[in-house]
Amino acid sequence: MPETAELAERFEATLAADQRIEPRDWMPEGYRTTLIRQIAQHAHSEVIGMQPEGNWISRAPSLKRKAILVAKVQDEAGHGLYLYSAAETLGVSRAELTDLLHDGQQKYSSIFNYPTLTWADVGAIGWLVDGAAITNQIPLCRCSYGPYARAMVRVCKEESFHQRQGYEILYTLSHGSSRQKAMAQDALDRWYWPSLMMFGPPDAESTHSARSMAWRIKRLSNDELRQRFVDMIVPQAEALGLTLPDPQLTWNAERGHYDHGPIDWEEFTRVLRGHGPCNAARMEHKRRAHAEGAWVRDAAVAYAAKRSVEAVSVA
Amino acid sequence: MSTPDPGRVARPGPGERRDWPLWEVFVRARRGLSHVHVGSLHAPDATLALRNARDVYTRRQEGVSVWVVPASAITASSPDEKDPFFAPAGDKAYRHPTFYDVPDGVRQL
Repeated sequence: MPETAELAERFEATLAADQRIEPRDWMPEGYRTTLIRQIAQHAHSEVIGMQPEGNWISRAPSLKRKAILVAKVQDEAGHGLYLYSAAETLGVSRAELTDLLHDGQQKYSSIFNYPTLTWADVGAIGWLVDGAAITNQIPLCRCSYGPYARAMVRVCKEESFHQRQGYEILYTLSHGSSRQKAMAQDALDRWYWPSLMMFGPPDAESTHSARSMAWRIKRLSNDELRQRFVDMIVPQAEALGLTLPDPQLTWNAERGHYDHGPIDWEEFTRVLRGHGPCNAARMEHKRRAHAEGAWVRDAAVAYAAKRSVEAVSVA
Repeated sequence: MSTPDPGRVARPGPGERRDWPLWEVFVRARRGLSHVHVGSLHAPDATLALRNARDVYTRRQEGVSVWVVPASAITASSPDEKDPFFAPAGDKAYRHPTFYDVPDGVRQL
C-alpha cells in the first residue's frame, strides 16, 4: 500500500491530466464528502421534483399530455436512481441517504418548494426549471468523478425532451385564447426568478465553489451558468410572445450578453431555510410515501427469502 | 467505457443492512454488440432486479438484452497495484502490428 503523500500526488496528477477519478481510487476525504453531499442533493431534487408535476397528472388537459407527463415524472424517478447509484460508489448506503433527507440533514433544490397552481406551471417547469437544470448539468458531464459524469450524460439526454415538452405547452397556451395566454404569462411571472436562483448564490458568496472548481467537480461558476441560461431564454421567450418579468433585462453589446435585474437573495435564503410555500408539504409527503411503502419492501424481501429456501430444498 | 464498481461493497455504510442487495446492470444496446455496464440498482432478488433494470435503464429502447449481477459476485483488480498488475504487457510492443517495418510498395499486409 503506497504512502498517503504518493496517493495524493497520483490523485492530483489524474486531475491535472483531466482524467476521471473512479470509485476504487484513493481520494481526499473532502473530495469524497463534497461529492456525496452534491450527488445526494441532486438525487433528492430529482425525487422531490416529481411532486409538483405529479400534482397535474390526473388533471392533464388531454390523454396525450397525460402520457407525456407520466413519462417525464417517471424519468425524474430514474434520474434519482442513477444519481443514488453514483453516490453509493462513494461508500454511502441508499438507506443512509434516505434518512438524511427525511431528517432534513441533506437538502434538495429549493425550486421544488414552489407550488404548481395551474397547468401552465407544468410548461414553465419544463422550459425554465429543466432548462436551468440542463444548463447546470451539461458541464457536469465532464465532472472529474466518473460515475457522476456518466450519470449526467444519461440525464442530459433525457432532460432535453422535458425542456421541449414544457416549451411546447407554453407555446400552445400563448397562441391560444387570451385567457390561456394570460395563464402562460402568469406561470412565467412566478417561475422566472426562482429559476434564476437555481444556479445558487453569486460567485463572491458561494462557499464551496472555489474548492469544487479546483477538484474539477464544478466546471463553470454559478454566475457564468446563470448568464448562459438568461442568454438562452430571452429569444425563446420572444418566440413564445411572452414577457420575462424583469424590467432591467437588456442586451449589453459590450459584454455580448444580457444584463438581468437584481435577484432577491433574501427570498432564496428564506425558502432554503424551510420557509417557502411548500417545504413542509413536500417533506411530509415524501416521508409518508416512504413509510407507506414499507410493507411492499418487506414483502419483497420475505418473498425472496422464501424462494431461496424453496430453491435449496428442491436441490 | 464503464466498468463495474464493486469497490463500493468494501465500504458498507451503517445502514447497508437495510437496503436490498446491490446488482450491477449490463445492457446489450443491439445485436452484435457486447453487454456494457450501465449502472447499479437495489432489488430483493434476480427477477425483480431484471424488471427494475428494464424500468431504470431501458426506458427508451436502449437495449435488447439485460444482465444483472450481484455486485458482491464481482472480483476486481486492486487500483493500488495497477502499475505492477498490468506491467507485463508494457514492454511487448511486438504484439502490435505497428512494431513491424513493411518495405515500400508491399500492399495488403
